Amino acid sequence: MNLRRRTLLGATAAVAAVGATTACSAKPGGSGGSAVTGDTIKVGANYELSGAVATYGQASVDGITMAIDEINAAGGVNGKKLEIISYDNKSDAAEATTLANKLFTQDNVLVGMGPATSGNFKAIIPVANKNRVPVVSGSATADDVTWDGSTVQEFAFRICFNDSFQGTIMAKFAAENLGASSAVIIKDNSNDYSKGLADAFTTEFENQGGTIVTSEAYVAGDTDFNTILTRIKGQSFDVIYLPGYYSEAGLIIKQARDLGITAPFLGGDGFDSPTLLELAGASALNDVYFTNHYSSIDEDPTVQDFIKAFKEAKGAEPSAFNALGYDVGKFVADAISRASELTGDAVQKAMAETKGFVGVTGTFDMDGHHNPVKTILVIGLKDGVQDSSEKVG
Amino acid sequence: MTEFLQQLINSLSLGSIYALIALGYTMVYGIIKLINFAHGDVYMVGAYVGYACMTHLHLGFFESLIAAMIICTILGVLIERVAYRPLRNSTRIAALITAIGVSLLIEYTMMYFVGADPRAYPEMPAYLTGSFEVGGVIIRNQQVIIIGVAVVLMIALQFIVKKTKMGKAMRAVSQDPDAARLMGISVDRTISFTFAIGSALAGAAGVLVGVYYNSINPLMGIIPGLKAFVAAVFGGIGIIPGALIGGYVIGGAETLVSSIGYSLFKDGVVFAILILILIVKPTGLLGKNVKEKV
Repeated sequence: MNLRRRTLLGATAAVAAVGATTACSAKPGGSGGSAVTGDTIKVGANYELSGAVATYGQASVDGITMAIDEINAAGGVNGKKLEIISYDNKSDAAEATTLANKLFTQDNVLVGMGPATSGNFKAIIPVANKNRVPVVSGSATADDVTWDGSTVQEFAFRICFNDSFQGTIMAKFAAENLGASSAVIIKDNSNDYSKGLADAFTTEFENQGGTIVTSEAYVAGDTDFNTILTRIKGQSFDVIYLPGYYSEAGLIIKQARDLGITAPFLGGDGFDSPTLLELAGASALNDVYFTNHYSSIDEDPTVQDFIKAFKEAKGAEPSAFNALGYDVGKFVADAISRASELTGDAVQKAMAETKGFVGVTGTFDMDGHHNPVKTILVIGLKDGVQDSSEKVG
Repeated sequence: MTEFLQQLINSLSLGSIYALIALGYTMVYGIIKLINFAHGDVYMVGAYVGYACMTHLHLGFFESLIAAMIICTILGVLIERVAYRPLRNSTRIAALITAIGVSLLIEYTMMYFVGADPRAYPEMPAYLTGSFEVGGVIIRNQQVIIIGVAVVLMIALQFIVKKTKMGKAMRAVSQDPDAARLMGISVDRTISFTFAIGSALAGAAGVLVGVYYNSINPLMGIIPGLKAFVAAVFGGIGIIPGALIGGYVIGGAETLVSSIGYSLFKDGVVFAILILILIVKPTGLLGKNVKEKV
């Protein structure tokens, strides 16, 4: 732990050295970030607007701007308007860190939002801690983002559930709702997300009295799964847990149905893409369930109001990232409105004390590890279309 | 037993695809001693041509297959003309490096135009998506078509090489290009023809894979290309029947490794076979030891 802290300090120091040339406007002593004067409160958005995961960042920022516009239209926060300063980190962790420095030391934002992915978000946390500016991610789901098992990242928060929670919930769903007592796992061995989900599923499924019949593995980029599926077909089991991304999951489900495997497929939020339907075909996507942050068929009025407003504002059906971005904007505004004063320290305290926040992706309290305690949706597909959604957790 | 037969069907389909790609490697090597690393990417282009024909031009499976073979033929000849012919008299390493360069060029040009995300082939007609059962073993029509198309193309190739004038010229050039030239054979034309046939087979393999796995992407040629290369070396590079045997052996080995529960090692095993064959019998299964004259 000591070692880890030292590397962290090292990273912070390196980052600080980069920022030192531009850090002249930072408050001496670095206590409490920058206080806000005037009629506007500046908030930063540091997102993947281009590069490998650009769709995540763009969708998040669309959600954030919509939330902030709504808040400003309704009079702002405590009479002050929110102003977004938005940058493109090009889906690159080093770029994200540089921009975080710029936002916190030059632009003097009160709160940072993003990046969208766990890796990039983790990269900026040391900068946030050093400058004492709270940062919030809507979609960094890796388990160790805000809490690595021993230390809490003081100024980092997220409003999405973490990966192992998805596995746990799916195991409960399989045992309680589908009455499954035996399962097969097919995981992507080149991917921490997939392995984390598989481990969490196994632990909980066995707690529920179930057995894991067999566990098969593949590597991202594979296209031929007939062999492992043929192996599975020879065994008896109730469900298949497939915690992978849509590009392989689509092919696995299709090839399994072609081989005559009819057991339900269960997965995580990695399934949430129109490409899944393209790859697997509608007829293969029956009895397929996956955990997700949000579903457009959720009848909750908060969700339906959001969908209606989003369609009016942007002319398109909102995705899970739009919804998560929207909640980030609302969460930040809510914390600022409850803060005792407009400093990073005060807003951080307000965020940590959040209770009963009502968002599109669920209602939650913030726990001691800066993770939300929220429900999760289990979405069922029928002929490739979302047919049922159930809140669990 | 059922499971074994099912796995056998799986391995025959996979092996047919490797064999089709390996034939192109082996013929090109046989004739100009060049390992054409861009060959796997010709296969990828074939898959995209098939996709474009089916999705945008709404052609049927066989029409798309032929269209892909034609486009890949042109591409193969073009690659040879532009990238390899000027280096005909250079060192072999220069040609090899060029081949790698051409490979990367094709991959990333394609990625620029179609994006990096995988694409799915359109919905196939019933005669392609259906399946039937023989004693508990499910055989998909696609698998029958893949094996069938592969076998027909291999027979056609064998006919061309053994019975036609062009085939005779190919065999002559592969034995001794200088002597062939003295006998009045156009060496350049023969080499172009070899690239044309090899690329057409790779294009066909691309469409078959697109239909079979329903997912194509601009980097899909890399791993199958390397495995087909291993297949060609296994059978004895430069020997046409060797490429066939190699293709089915590699397909079978891969399936066998996964079917006993070591799916993560399947690629490793294929390359272990390459190392082993290079140590034990570098000329390949059907290769003969030819003493070099000094």
